Amino acid sequence: MPEILDQARTQVLGDGVGLDQAGVLAVLNLPDEHLPAALQLAHEVRMRWCGPEVEVEGIVSLKTGGCPEDCHFCSQSGLFTSPVRSVWLDIPSLVEAAKQTAATGATEFCIVAAVRGPDARLMKQMREGVAAIKAEVDIQVAASLGMLTQEQVDELVDMGVHRYNHNLETCRSYFPHVVTTHTWEERWETLRMVRDSGMEVCCGGILGLGESVEQRAEFAAQLAELDPHEVPLNFLNPRPGTPLGDRPVVEGKDALRAIAAFRLAMPRTILRYAGGREITLGDLGTRDGLLGGINAVIVGNYLTTLGRPATEDLALLEDLKMPVKALSATL
Amino acid sequence: MTDAVTRPDGAAPVWCDRCGEATVDGPHETCARARTLEPPRYCGHCRRRMKVQVLPVGWSAVCVAHGEIQG
Repeated sequence: MPEILDQARTQVLGDGVGLDQAGVLAVLNLPDEHLPAALQLAHEVRMRWCGPEVEVEGIVSLKTGGCPEDCHFCSQSGLFTSPVRSVWLDIPSLVEAAKQTAATGATEFCIVAAVRGPDARLMKQMREGVAAIKAEVDIQVAASLGMLTQEQVDELVDMGVHRYNHNLETCRSYFPHVVTTHTWEERWETLRMVRDSGMEVCCGGILGLGESVEQRAEFAAQLAELDPHEVPLNFLNPRPGTPLGDRPVVEGKDALRAIAAFRLAMPRTILRYAGGREITLGDLGTRDGLLGGINAVIVGNYLTTLGRPATEDLALLEDLKMPVKALSATL
Repeated sequence: MTDAVTRPDGAAPVWCDRCGEATVDGPHETCARARTLEPPRYCGHCRRRMKVQVLPVGWSAVCVAHGEIQG
């Protein structure tokens, strides 16, 4: 057994203290033959510190495309020659999307907009949309609207938004290679305000942007420092027309190593499968991740791409005897 | 709902709905594989970029000239 896994068994599984950056790097560098042991340990950590429940979430794009920012992975930037056009979702369709999500047994519905930060029109749409959902659908509402002002944070709290997603996307040292129109520190400042407001913090990122293994470990350590309630883990799905459109997808084993490593860095967080798992891991890998530290999934489609049918993920959870977290457990 | 690829008059699409290039140039196998996890982006009949809304279940795509398709 590699020394780092022995250390993790005592420190993370036993004491609930996550690995530091060096420890995460050691896990990321484990040879293939030790990957099953790392995943098994990460699963034990998840079961001990989080429990068997899996949190299920659906997401929808309220405002698609036309974003002024240049996040190099994103097909919704208006600065690239992506085929994605700008479109707004109306309130009745938003409520219908929330109903579709609730029908899967999901407890979370995240409303997302491709913006630098919300303007008055978007905040008005959010206020009306959240109120309409709360009137008709039994589900928790989260939001992801880019960088916020303090006033906007307060307004979202007032609307009843319980969790706010704002991904750091990658580590601090690599961020300028991925985004040039704003800084990692600006994102951190929004996250600080969200945390101080009492909303739950949801913050993760994308693996496979061209970062090194060392930078992947740096990212896990920075997320652990933030200590978010939830960490959505995406794997790059290279989008046509974006600067990262020709990058290779993350190797399945590297993705699984990252899942185990991130779990061992953050034993208590909700670690969620997000975009890209279908092309990076496929069906078998998806199962391995759920048995290797993951304890939440986005079901159904994503913002501009499609996911597996929710029924397939729910059947997998049933097969794995992992109960879907009930709404009552989230309140 | 329908992922329609033919117009009411029965005309077949001449543009790839993923990359927007002519379908007569080749079979677009990569695009076809990718389309299992992507909605269409271009109208197959006129090559216009469509307004596409992805929902948790399904999607809709609107071409200003040829109307809406759903999947």
